Amino acid sequence: MAVNAADTTASQIAELANKKPRTLWGDAWRRFQRHRLAIFGSIVILIITVGVIIGPYVWKVSREDLDFTAIMSSPVSTHPFGTDELGRDQFARALYGGRISMSVGFTAMLIAVSLGTLIGAVSGYLGGYVDEVLTFITNLFLSLPTLPLLLLTVYLFRDAVTAKLGLEFGMFVIVVVMVGVLAWMQTARIVRAQFISLKQKEFVEAAVCLGVKRTDIMFRHILPNAISPIIVAATLEIGNAILSESTLSFLGIGFPPDTPTWGRLVTDGSQFLQTAAHLALIPAALIFITVLSINFMGDGLRDALDPRSRL
Amino acid sequence: MTQYIIRKILVAFPTLLIISVLIFAVLALAPGDPLAQFALNPAIPQSTRNRIREQFGLDKPWYVRYYKWATSMTQGEWGYSFSSKSPVINIVMQRIPQTLQVVGISYLIAILIAIPIGVISAVRQYTLFDQVATFISFIGGSLPSFFTGLSFMLIFAIQLHWFPIVYSTTLKITDFVTFKQAINQMVLPVLVLVVQQTASLTRFMRSSMLDNLPLDYVRTARAKGLNDWTVITRHVVVNSIIPVITLVALGIPGIFAGAIITENLFRVNGLGQLLVTSIQNSDTPVVMALSFIFSILVVIFNVIADIMYGVFDPRVKYN
Repeated sequence: MAVNAADTTASQIAELANKKPRTLWGDAWRRFQRHRLAIFGSIVILIITVGVIIGPYVWKVSREDLDFTAIMSSPVSTHPFGTDELGRDQFARALYGGRISMSVGFTAMLIAVSLGTLIGAVSGYLGGYVDEVLTFITNLFLSLPTLPLLLLTVYLFRDAVTAKLGLEFGMFVIVVVMVGVLAWMQTARIVRAQFISLKQKEFVEAAVCLGVKRTDIMFRHILPNAISPIIVAATLEIGNAILSESTLSFLGIGFPPDTPTWGRLVTDGSQFLQTAAHLALIPAALIFITVLSINFMGDGLRDALDPRSRL
Repeated sequence: MTQYIIRKILVAFPTLLIISVLIFAVLALAPGDPLAQFALNPAIPQSTRNRIREQFGLDKPWYVRYYKWATSMTQGEWGYSFSSKSPVINIVMQRIPQTLQVVGISYLIAILIAIPIGVISAVRQYTLFDQVATFISFIGGSLPSFFTGLSFMLIFAIQLHWFPIVYSTTLKITDFVTFKQAINQMVLPVLVLVVQQTASLTRFMRSSMLDNLPLDYVRTARAKGLNDWTVITRHVVVNSIIPVITLVALGIPGIFAGAIITENLFRVNGLGQLLVTSIQNSDTPVVMALSFIFSILVVIFNVIADIMYGVFDPRVKYN
C-alpha cells in the first residue's frame, strides 16, 4: 500500500512537472471560449473572410455575365442570391464586393488605430501642454460631423486621386484614409488613459533611471502592457469602418457605380423593393451579420482581456 | 452658474472658427475649379471667365478669400446654387425644419425609451428582461440604418400599407386629416433613427447605473429606510444620467449622419438629402453651406449638452 502510494505520488509529480504552465494569454483564451456568442461571432467572421478571399476562385459563375433570360430571379441553386435586373449573378457580385468591404474595413481600422495609439501615447506620456493641445484636437475631431465631412472630401478629391491612382484603387485610398482619419479619437482616448495610469508604475521609473530613450519607453515598455484595450477597440473599429464604407456606397458616393460593394448592392436593389426584395435585403443582411459578428467577437475579447477578472 | 455657461459659450466660438477654417481649407485645397461648369459653356470665352474669376476674388490669396467667405457667411450671404440658381440660404432654410423635426423627435423618443430600459436592466441585472434588452440593443447597434429602413419600408409600407412609402413634400397642415397624414409619413424615418439611437443609449445607461449601484451612498440611503424605488429614482438615476448626457452630446454628429441616410431612403426633403443631391450635382456653394451648417448644429448641441452637464453635476460648476 505504501509502495503504491509512493508510486502514485511520484507519477503525479512527474505529470505536474510536464504539464504546460498557465500563461496570461492562455487564461484570456480560456475566458474567451466561455463566451458562446463570441465564439459564434468569430466562426462567422472566419467563414465570411475565407469566403470572400477564395470565393471568386471557387464559384465559377462570372459576376459580369449579363443573362437577360434570368432577370431578377429569386435564389435558386445556380444563383444562390438571385440575379439583378441585368441578369448578373448576385452571389458572385456579393463575394467580390465582400473583398472590398472587408479590406476597406480592415485597412481603415489599421489607420485609425495607429493614429489613435500614436496620439494617445504621446498625449498620455508627455502630459502637460502637449496633452492639453492634443486633447483639444481630439475633442475638435469628435465634434466634426463625420458623414458630411466624409461625403465632402470624397466629392472633392475623387477626380484628382482617381486620375493618379486609377479608378478603384484611388477610391479605395480616399475612402480608407477618410474613414480612418475620422475614427482615431476613440482609440486615442483609451490609449491616453492607459498611458497615464501605466506611467506611474515602477518599471517605467526603472527604465527612466536606466536612461532608456522616451520613445523606447513609450513603445517598447508601456505599449505592450496597454495592448488589451487597443485590441478591443481595434476589433470594434473594423465593424464601424465597414458600416461607414457601406453607408458611403449606399449614398452612391464612393466606389464607381459598377463596383459591387455591399452598400452599392443595397442601393441598386432598393429600387426593386416591391418586386424583388431579396436584391436589397441580402447584401444588407450580409453587412449586418458581419458587423454583428465582429461586435460579438469584440465583446468577448473585452471580457477575456479584462485585467480585473482572474480565472 | 452663469460664469460656467458663459465660459462654455465662449469656448464654442474658437471651435466654430477652427472648424470653419478646416472646411474652407478642405475646399480650397481641393483640386477642381469652382468655375469648371462655365468651362463647358462655349458661349463664355476665356476672357469673360477670367473677369468672373477676378470678380469673385478667386485669384486672391487664400487668407483674403477665407476672410471674405467667413464674413459673408456670418452675414447670411451664402451665394447662389449652381443648379437651381436660387440663393443658397433660402434653400437651406426651407429644409431645416424637416431635418430638425425628424432628428429632434427621434432623439427625444430614443432618450425616453432608452433610459427606463437601461435603469430596469441594471437594477434587475441578469434576469430575462436584462438578457433580452442587452441582446436587442446589441443587435440594434450593429444594424446599418439603411437595413432597418429598408426592412421597415418593406414590411410596414409595402406589405401592410400602414404608412406611405415616400414622404410627401407638399403636404400642408390645414386640418386634422392632414395633420394625421403629416405624422403618418414621419413615423418610419423617426422609427429607424430611434432604433439606431436607443441601442447605444440603453447600453450606456445600463453600464452607468451598474457603476453607481454598488457605491456607498446607495447603501446609506437604503440603511436610512428609503424604499428601493425612491433610492433608485431620486438618487442613483440622477447620478447615472450624467455620463449619458455626454454620450448624447457626442452622439449628435452620429444622429445627423443617420438623418442623412434616412432622408435619402424615405425622400424626406431635409438637409441630408440636399447634401447628397448637391454632391452628386457638383453644386459647390450648397455643399459648402451645408457643411458649415452641420458643424454649427453640432457645436450648438455640444454647448447645450455642456450646460446641461453643469446643471446636473454640481461638481463641474466649481471647477
